[in-house]
Amino acid sequence: MYTFGVYAMCIVPGMSIGQTFLGLLEATPRHGYDIKRLYDERFGHARPLAYGQVYATLSRLLRSGLVEVEAVEPGEGPERKRYAITEAGVTDVAGWLARAEKPEPYLQSTLYTKVVLALLTGRSAADLLDVQRAEHLRMMRELTRRKRDGDLAEQLICDHALFHLEADLRWLELTAARLDELAKTVLP
Amino acid sequence: MTGPLLVAEDLHRSFGPTRALAGASLRVDRGEVVAVMGSSGSGKSTLLHCLAGIVRPDSGRVRFAGRDLGALTDSERSALRRAAFGFVFQFGQLVPELTCLENVALPLRLDRLGRREAERRAAEWLDRLEVAEVAGKRPGEVSGGQGQRVAVARALVTRPQVVFADEPTGALDSLNGERVMRLLTGAARETGAAVVLVTHEARVAAYSDREVVVRDGRTRDLEPAA
Ligand SMILES: Nc1ncnc2c1ncn2[C@@H]1O[C@H](COP(=O)(O)OP(=O)(O)OP(=O)(O)O)[C@@H](O)[C@H]1O
Ligand SMILES: [Mg+2]
Repeated sequence: MYTFGVYAMCIVPGMSIGQTFLGLLEATPRHGYDIKRLYDERFGHARPLAYGQVYATLSRLLRSGLVEVEAVEPGEGPERKRYAITEAGVTDVAGWLARAEKPEPYLQSTLYTKVVLALLTGRSAADLLDVQRAEHLRMMRELTRRKRDGDLAEQLICDHALFHLEADLRWLELTAARLDELAKTVLP
Repeated sequence: MTGPLLVAEDLHRSFGPTRALAGASLRVDRGEVVAVMGSSGSGKSTLLHCLAGIVRPDSGRVRFAGRDLGALTDSERSALRRAAFGFVFQFGQLVPELTCLENVALPLRLDRLGRREAERRAAEWLDRLEVAEVAGKRPGEVSGGQGQRVAVARALVTRPQVVFADEPTGALDSLNGERVMRLLTGAARETGAAVVLVTHEARVAAYSDREVVVRDGRTRDLEPAA
């Protein structure tokens, strides 16, 4: 539930690094360092991934059968491996992209990642934004009902959440209106 | 009666070279509040006007309670509008020469209800919309929020089956906008009226049961999976 309590805690979202990797691997197999470089370039902003995190994520994906090692080049260390996405991996990333995120604070980095990956993998970014928008509005309707039936304290708490959801929705709309522009900067 | 109250199927409508609607469909059940959203120029008002029988679509069909609006004569259509529809617009809908009470009583007077009874009911509705105090004032003498609540009272006084509201809060600040929405949807729910609400504000749309998005004259029904 998107409430004042949750908002006040300012939870930093668990950005889904695994699924982002899968999205990056969908177009073509890549080495670990290549995945890291692409990730940092597109999604890392001020916080590049640590190598440990990259290889931990890749071995988790390997264990779950979502990626496989396509080739190992001679030499030492994990950076010699080239990873490829599996069928199960494609299903996993497709499911993640199609699913609305639970509306909560600081979603934009996850949503931005999803939009860029949809563009990169030839999926509909507009549909993804629409699904998310519907989910946000569903939450806003629920809060509006609570506000209607609640006392003043409840109303103020719901309003706080509503204003934030509204801001997110505006971002979704603005992004939807600028998808063509974004596609130009994202696609090779 | 069962079945949807209002159904629009594949509406197309152009104004000269401008395609305002290019395949819009919508269904509204009895007592349901449906928000119509979309950016400026996407065709929301045109869709609302087609649904209300004010604008005739070039193709496609609108049925109200099973009756095809396109098959009615002009006078049948305006009789239906008076009996079954209520309207709230962004502004400019109240008659400036009449008091607020007389404005609300007007639709009843047009239906030939006696003055006394019409004004009694009108006063009840003003009270319900929390604007009893402006009864004797003219529209030019009341605030925007009060004026909109008077307009809602006027739309509901005939107990319509559908209220068409086009940006009813568009000219109000958020506190007054929300008050209008709370009173409009509350009164509609109590009387069983459906509401078709055109808005581009999410916080206003959140008073609805469901939203439909219009983009380039086409509708997209966005019921999220429960
Ligand atoms: N009577 C008319 N004559 C000519 N063009 C019209 C007429 N009514 C609408 N249009 C055009 O049709 C398109 C859709 O207009 P419409 O008023 O339905 O949009 P809207 O979604 O209600 O926009 P807004 O949010 O700005 O009110 C616009 O390009 C508009 O200019
Ligand atoms: Mg309009």
